[in-house]
Amino acid sequence: MNSIILRTATRFLMPLILVFSVVIMLQGHNKPGGGFIGGLLAAAAFSLHALAFDPRETRAALRFDLRTIIATGLLVALGAGIAGPLVGKPIFTGVWTVVAIPGMGEIHLGTPLLFDLGVYIVVIGITVLMVLSLVEQEDAPASSSSKQEGR
Amino acid sequence: MQVLIAIIIGGIFACAIYMILRRSIVKLIMGLALLGHAANLLIFSAGGLFRARPALVAPGETAPLAPAADPLPQALILTAIVISFGVIAFMMVLVSRASEAVGNDDTDLFTATDQ
Amino acid sequence: MSTLAVLPVLLPLAAAAASTLLYRSLRAQRVIGVVATSSLVAVSLMLFLRVWDEGIVVVRMGDWPSPIGISFVVDLFGAIMVVLASITGAATALYSVRGIDKERQSFLYFPLLHVLLMGVCGAFLTGDIFNLYVWFEVLLMSSFVLLALGNERKQLEGAIKYVTLNLMSSALFLTAIGILYGTFGTLDMADLSRRLASTERTGVVTTLSMLFLVAFGIKAAIFPLFFWLPASYHTPPFAVSAIFAGLLTKVGVYAIIRVFTLMFPIDPGFTRPLLLFLAAMTMLTGVLGAAAQHEFRRVLSFHIVSQIGYMLLGLALATPLALAGSVFYIMHHIVVKANLFFIAGLADRIRGTSDLRSPGRVSVYARAPLIALVFFIPAMSLAGIPPLSGFFAKLVLVRAGLEIGEWAVVTVALLVSILTLYSMTKIWAEAFWKGPDRNEDEPESVERVPPTMVLPVAVLALITVVVGFLAGPLFGVATRAADQLLDREAYAEAVLGPERGSRP
Repeated sequence: MNSIILRTATRFLMPLILVFSVVIMLQGHNKPGGGFIGGLLAAAAFSLHALAFDPRETRAALRFDLRTIIATGLLVALGAGIAGPLVGKPIFTGVWTVVAIPGMGEIHLGTPLLFDLGVYIVVIGITVLMVLSLVEQEDAPASSSSKQEGR
Repeated sequence: MQVLIAIIIGGIFACAIYMILRRSIVKLIMGLALLGHAANLLIFSAGGLFRARPALVAPGETAPLAPAADPLPQALILTAIVISFGVIAFMMVLVSRASEAVGNDDTDLFTATDQ
Repeated sequence: MSTLAVLPVLLPLAAAAASTLLYRSLRAQRVIGVVATSSLVAVSLMLFLRVWDEGIVVVRMGDWPSPIGISFVVDLFGAIMVVLASITGAATALYSVRGIDKERQSFLYFPLLHVLLMGVCGAFLTGDIFNLYVWFEVLLMSSFVLLALGNERKQLEGAIKYVTLNLMSSALFLTAIGILYGTFGTLDMADLSRRLASTERTGVVTTLSMLFLVAFGIKAAIFPLFFWLPASYHTPPFAVSAIFAGLLTKVGVYAIIRVFTLMFPIDPGFTRPLLLFLAAMTMLTGVLGAAAQHEFRRVLSFHIVSQIGYMLLGLALATPLALAGSVFYIMHHIVVKANLFFIAGLADRIRGTSDLRSPGRVSVYARAPLIALVFFIPAMSLAGIPPLSGFFAKLVLVRAGLEIGEWAVVTVALLVSILTLYSMTKIWAEAFWKGPDRNEDEPESVERVPPTMVLPVAVLALITVVVGFLAGPLFGVATRAADQLLDREAYAEAVLGPERGSRP
């Protein structure tokens, strides 16, 4: 698609959607939101980019290969799972710590957040992979490898 | 309300099966998507169809206040939707590749595996 | 440490993530593939020994009490299945190193294999019916991609048939779960077992059991729901066919056995005749279908269907002996079936074709007599020739059938056994013995069979022989697993604790 309006709008919208997706991901613990929804939003931003510009530019804009992104997300989520056994509790038990940041008060950090972060990354990777392989079908020789996002 | 929802679910199931039995492979995808929706709607109604409070525990309480909605079906549906989202997306890629390879979208021509 | 019970899921997940991360290096992916699946074998054996010593192991995710949280419940049957899955997985990983082309390997073949194993192990271990659905989807997703990977026309068409039928089965499964939850308000299988045992609503229970039977029946490929299997299993590369043939339908069988022992015990008035009829028809249609086929893997695919009938037979008879026979049959079948598909791959490499009507470019028996002989072990075991594993598996089932006087189905089982022998000798004569007419001048270049493809075949054949000679002790294991399966209250007690007087 070659539309200057869409391209210009995308330049403004991309950062907004991405920031909003992170907000959605972070508020997921107590309010509507979470890793999956945040990840889908971020993937929507990259899909918009692929439509407005070119799939190749989207791959470049992501900086990392999609396979790296998916694997990283899986490892992050896995790390959240095995944090429990490391402190002697059953698997996937939430482990919490309180971090005091000067001037901002205390923040509760825990493995559920880490798990959501992992889901967020995996969802971005897989969704963008599927969208891109549909968009650039002519020069992609094999099928998209869509994997289950561990939920 | 229960009866209405039950009829709707049945109708969606019927439409889904009808679409799957059509020859066009694109309608096959729509049929499978509908089938998933019908199952999701059924789980949704399994939680009970009545007005209730969200199942959140207020500060100082130990249990949600009396008529609380059952949050579990919603969690189940969310999971099922995530899964069907992935499956349908994969199916779309698969179908577009397959119809390219066969050169047609008529499932009657998909006979390469029968020899 | 209770973490041991979760390791069969975590290990493949970690391996999948690691080998995706190293997508640039095929060598690293292969090493991870073989190492991770071999250590999975070790882990699953440890888990099995632990369950053998201590009884049912329960792990509660996130420390949520049952039946609120999701728990992994490992009984002997589940542990045996995980061991078998890991052995098949390790053999497939080793076979794939050279058996799968570079093109496919660079498209995340190994990570997908790990995810498939993760799904299979998760399905065998979980104690929550919705969680079982999720594991089914995990393994289905990766099997979809594995089946279509490579984009050949045959593969794509086979994948569409496979995906469609499996999605319909998943939708039915989901529907059954919805009704189950709406009626009984729980998804924990142990809790369900107690509530279903004391319920008055037999109409709903019967409907549910039939929904589950159809949903799992499609996945297990029982009569009349098996048509997707012979239409898809011969299309992907041989290694993929082998792991599908060994494991995927058996996950369906596992689910049927689990559901029909724990939740809906066999009712001699209704489910037994139905399941007996289905078992007999599955055996018969499978073996007759195989007799009409002329493609190596299609013959074998129809035999999977026919073998599923035997497993169902043991469940339908529902005596402790019969159920033990089923468990033993699964133990024997997974190893043998995967091996036959591996050997089909070797024969295809040597002959250059899988068509039994064509003489191929060279006779396998002339070129590689050892491989031809190794084919004999699983093939004869499948047909049930003593002293191989299949003989004892069939013997037990036949005896269990005679004990309660089900003559008809026993006759079918014996007849099917003979027809299986017919199919195996057909394959032997056409694919291994016969060769092209003029044997004087050597054919141009016959591909050498790499040792990494022969090793898994040899190991699996060895296991078949060992299972035959150790049939006594192994049958003892199967008997204990079957006793555990039939003792519903012990399962429920391990998960939920002793039954309380009144439940809300």
